[in-house]
Amino acid sequence: MATLLEVSGVSVTFDGFRAINNLSIAMAEPELRAVIGPNGAGKTTFMDIVTGKTRPDEGRVLWTERQIDLLKLSESQIATAGIGRKFQKPTVFEDQSVRDNLAMALANKRGPLSVLMWKASAADRARIQDLAEEVGLAARLDHRAGHLSHGQKQWLEIGMLLAQDPRLLLVDEPAAGMTPAEREHTTALLTRAARSRAVMVIEHDMEFIRRLDCRVTVLHEGSVLAEGSLDHVTQDQQVIDVYLGR
Amino acid sequence: MKIDVSSPAAPAPVRRSFLRDNPSVLWFMGLLGLFTLGVTVLSEGMGVGVISTSLVKVLGMTLCLCLIAVAMDVVWGYCGILSLGHFAFFGLGGYAIGMWLMYARTEIVIRDNLGRGTIPPTEAEVSEAVAAQIFGVVGSSELPLIWSFAGSLPFQLAMVVLVPGLLALVFGWLAFRSRVTGVYLSILTQAMTLALSLYLFQNDTGLRGNNGLSGLQNIPGSLHLPQSVISVWFFWASAFALGAGYLLFAWVVSGKFGSVIKAIRDNEARVRFLGYNVEGYKLFVFTLTGIISGIAGALYYPQAGIINPAEIAPIASIYLAVWVAIGGRGRLYGAVIGAALVSLLSSWLTGGGAPNIDLGFYRIVWTDWWLVLLGLGFVLVTLFFPKGIGGLFDYLVRKS
Repeated sequence: MATLLEVSGVSVTFDGFRAINNLSIAMAEPELRAVIGPNGAGKTTFMDIVTGKTRPDEGRVLWTERQIDLLKLSESQIATAGIGRKFQKPTVFEDQSVRDNLAMALANKRGPLSVLMWKASAADRARIQDLAEEVGLAARLDHRAGHLSHGQKQWLEIGMLLAQDPRLLLVDEPAAGMTPAEREHTTALLTRAARSRAVMVIEHDMEFIRRLDCRVTVLHEGSVLAEGSLDHVTQDQQVIDVYLGR
Repeated sequence: MKIDVSSPAAPAPVRRSFLRDNPSVLWFMGLLGLFTLGVTVLSEGMGVGVISTSLVKVLGMTLCLCLIAVAMDVVWGYCGILSLGHFAFFGLGGYAIGMWLMYARTEIVIRDNLGRGTIPPTEAEVSEAVAAQIFGVVGSSELPLIWSFAGSLPFQLAMVVLVPGLLALVFGWLAFRSRVTGVYLSILTQAMTLALSLYLFQNDTGLRGNNGLSGLQNIPGSLHLPQSVISVWFFWASAFALGAGYLLFAWVVSGKFGSVIKAIRDNEARVRFLGYNVEGYKLFVFTLTGIISGIAGALYYPQAGIINPAEIAPIASIYLAVWVAIGGRGRLYGAVIGAALVSLLSSWLTGGGAPNIDLGFYRIVWTDWWLVLLGLGFVLVTLFFPKGIGGLFDYLVRKS
């Protein structure tokens, strides 16, 4: 297991509030990792930094064995470098079909001219079909994404992430608002994806994390409080204090 | 485990053709062809003479307005950029071709006059006389630098494309790079068109200030032909340009490119995280539509006969947005319907064609009330028919 993502000594301040404070996290490939923490712990801000939405005040974010400095890249460059992100709120393009949503995410060339000339090859169509089957939307390929249920939208978004063929998936609260059956499906999707790539999941729901059965990082006030198996961190006195109040 | 709700997946559809996927394009082309044929047969210049030359011109100009409306629909309805400055590109295209029309025609007339003397005129004399003739009205007799190649049709035709294209490219690059979006971008585009219009109003600009360029209906090389014939030529050219532009834009918005720009309209941040360079796409669309607008303007003003800076005033671009909104955003034929309907209605009601209505206690004079009617129509469409007139087609299709 080689280090895929290395975040070290990162800090960011919003109007005097230190959202991230000297945070260091490393991800291997493949790996499944859960990140938990109370509200305001900096989980989403951390993802914002890795994906280029927020620039940190200090620290380094290095990517792959080639040590690419992610802080110098734009959002779209980071995405094409191999980092995919799923937002907390499902954000699929509701006006367009499931097929078009997936086609847009496919790992093809992204320049305006090559997109203008793009025609779905047999391989592209097969890949879209596979992805749709993977996330359980094969029967809905030609439906408008806006007509999907909440859970199906979440899956479509995960499908779009997989279509990008990223080396690292950042997934923000995938199970929010899902029924138990839908959660189970989501868990299966994520663990399968983590066999060949790095997957980092932010989640509040302890039961969901237990099912993921992976290494857990606890964030608190912008830095890492504890790291280890779920049982290990839940027995940590500091973690108990933070979650249950002092 | 997988949750597959229903039957096994449908097989992937085979590759379909562009026209098969977009039947409305075929319909549009057919109707445009029929309309062109009909007007030609009924025209004064080529046919039985039911349609007067001035009406042929109005119809030809309307087709140009439809073309810029289609461009506006692509940039606003599909890509979500509410540009309130596309008439600046339209006007620049008009100015570019107007310079050639005016220069070349003046040159012919001058050579004719000077040639009557015993000694043939030198090139310098001709050039001076042309300059004095064109710029006398603004108290100058020097040919401004930007008119250096005004006598060359290929050069000015290149300018029709290059000037609007470059302005759109530079303006768009500056605006999109700074991630100016939404209403701020609209205000910026208004500022651009206002600044351009004010700049052109100055005599020093070298485009005859508020006089603008005139006599554009006279085509050098065809001065012997009656306007009735020339009007039909321009009508054909406008119809061809609209057809070609419509086809181009329909193709642009139909495939994955259309998918991406619609996605930018709906959630541009998300598109960035998919790895697309959103600014590049916006710039591409803004510049392409700017160029097509310039071409539309270059066909419009020879039919109008005159162009002046007032044409580029911000209000013109606002009208453009109103046409597209009334016709229906996000569908190309909607933009055509909106532009044709509103601009024809406007010239009918304000041109004295429509009878004023005497209510006894009040007389509705359409020249005064037309803008009220338009404003009211815009509000009603926005409130009750957000899909515009084009949305009616959805309704009809669903019913049948």
